[in-house]
Amino acid sequence: MTKNSEGTFEIQNPYQPLLAKVVKITNEVDGARAIKTYKLVFQDEETKINFSFIPGQFVMVSVFGKGESTFAISSSSTQKDYIEISVMKHGKNTAALHELEEGDIVGVRGPYGNTFDVKGWEGKNIILIGGGIGQAPLRSVLNYILDNRDKYGTLDVIYGARTSSDICYKEEFAELEKRDDVNVHLSIDVEEEGWNNYVGFVPNNLMEVKPSSENAIAITCGPPIMIEYVIQNLLKLGFTEKQIYTTLEMRMKCGIGICGRCNIGNLYVCKDGPVFSYEQLKGLQGDM
Amino acid sequence: MENLVIQTEKLSEWVNEVIKKNKVFAPVKETDFSNFKIIDDYSEIDFTYLLPRVPAKKILFKQTETLFLFTPGSKGSVQTKEISDEKLVVFSLRTCDAKTFSILDPVFLGDYADPFYKSRRERSILIGLSCNKPNVNCFCTSFGDSPASSDYVDILLTDLDGKHLVEVVTERGKKFIDNYKKFFTSASKEDLDSKKKVEEQAIKGITRTMKLEGIPEKLDKMFEHPIWYENAMKCIGCGTCTFVCPTCHCFDMQDESTLREGARVRVWDYCMNPEYTHHASGHNPRPARMNRVRNRIFHKFNYYPINDNIVGCTGCGRCIDYCSVNIDVIDIINKIGEAES
Repeated sequence: MTKNSEGTFEIQNPYQPLLAKVVKITNEVDGARAIKTYKLVFQDEETKINFSFIPGQFVMVSVFGKGESTFAISSSSTQKDYIEISVMKHGKNTAALHELEEGDIVGVRGPYGNTFDVKGWEGKNIILIGGGIGQAPLRSVLNYILDNRDKYGTLDVIYGARTSSDICYKEEFAELEKRDDVNVHLSIDVEEEGWNNYVGFVPNNLMEVKPSSENAIAITCGPPIMIEYVIQNLLKLGFTEKQIYTTLEMRMKCGIGICGRCNIGNLYVCKDGPVFSYEQLKGLQGDM
Repeated sequence: MENLVIQTEKLSEWVNEVIKKNKVFAPVKETDFSNFKIIDDYSEIDFTYLLPRVPAKKILFKQTETLFLFTPGSKGSVQTKEISDEKLVVFSLRTCDAKTFSILDPVFLGDYADPFYKSRRERSILIGLSCNKPNVNCFCTSFGDSPASSDYVDILLTDLDGKHLVEVVTERGKKFIDNYKKFFTSASKEDLDSKKKVEEQAIKGITRTMKLEGIPEKLDKMFEHPIWYENAMKCIGCGTCTFVCPTCHCFDMQDESTLREGARVRVWDYCMNPEYTHHASGHNPRPARMNRVRNRIFHKFNYYPINDNIVGCTGCGRCIDYCSVNIDVIDIINKIGEAES
């Protein structure tokens, strides 16, 4: 706390965002539930150098005058100098984000929340199971593993969306499919002409892929109902509660465990989560 | 730490002296109730009150607070909100309102300190006033507290009819009172005995009891209990209980702006509102009043004890006094105590 010339105090204010420039916008999905990915670079040199996070963490992003919302960081911490978030147009602030152009300025607070134990999972086979925009936090893990590929075992990515045009990160999946150190298993919910991959829901596709639970970690994120069935199926495949991870979302305002709304039982998703193992989740008693 | 006495007729002189150097908050009469307000003169203080309608939390955790300023739009910028260093005095606090801050401290001064609360907490002096005639719904004694408790204040006044006992409790209180030495004399043993009598009398005046023993642990097993449907049946979701609660601390953050300038403002929010947890996707983890009433009771009587080792209720009784449909937290907790889990 420092006293300035006017005799008032300037204290580090956790509610005040840092400025970041939108340097690149990628259209992921069009239509009513449009998704765009934003590459953000902090304006302040010091923050740009010092900002660090671990996959699983999230940021609060503002369009000034519209509001602030919570987004998983979808880029990997191995990619320095910038962060990426993927935004589905849903409310006032996300609609404002979708109006932005490259070069525009947003506010960013964070990183907040706990992390995926990517270091602790070294040497393990990793299975990522995502649905829709739920791929965003998994993409952070995926890219982290790809940047440290020799430290992990096999890598399976199971991902599904409603239709082929709802698939997020299309070009990246196309690139992944060309690699021989990643197995990609895409699905869409309903049959479409020209679709050569699985047709059906993500939990069913998981049963088709049948990943082995041996020395494996499965991480899932998507709509709540998908997460529920994915977990049931993982258990059927022999995964233990400690091998299954998910990341939850709740409406948040402060992001730092004060404003009170994101609790599940006595835990706050913003500071005790958003990453939970199924072991923790199972013991949680609260409204989800 | 130190026990002093001030003659009641000197009280006005002392307080007016305090007002000269500090921003003093005290209960002031507003039509048929009292509320904490900044006073310019001792005569404004309402000593007939039992409890101000809105608890003293509003002094350190303001109902609306500008968090920072910004230039709106897609080329926006931010400007830090400066925090004043004005000295604050909260005068005439009851035990239940003073205890607020012991309960809110772990929330606002935890992993991330809230700079606004922290600053006000550090520059405020809490001067308590013992409750001589408690309200019908008072139950601070259920938490092991007393209406004449000096545990949560810097200085405690007790009206001894003609004079006030002044218990200086903290180092901060001592430093403060040393500035006004001329108003005080040392307290005698009789004065302390008189206080004890007043305190005993006040405790006798508290007729309601919340049976808290084992409640936090018992709640662990009662999340799915039908009692919650019963408790929530009457609730109209107005949120009054949260606004008058000394320990409710939920807030919303809203952008207020014109074309050229704006501010992100924090405002008190209430968990009784379905919008409170409503996701942009449409999903709502607490869609029914049952979920919301249950969450509020769990927060105070289960989550608080687990997280911060303190029950999130001070026994002020305001939520009972002001509930428009007569929901009674004492009844709820006592019923939980009796229910089969």
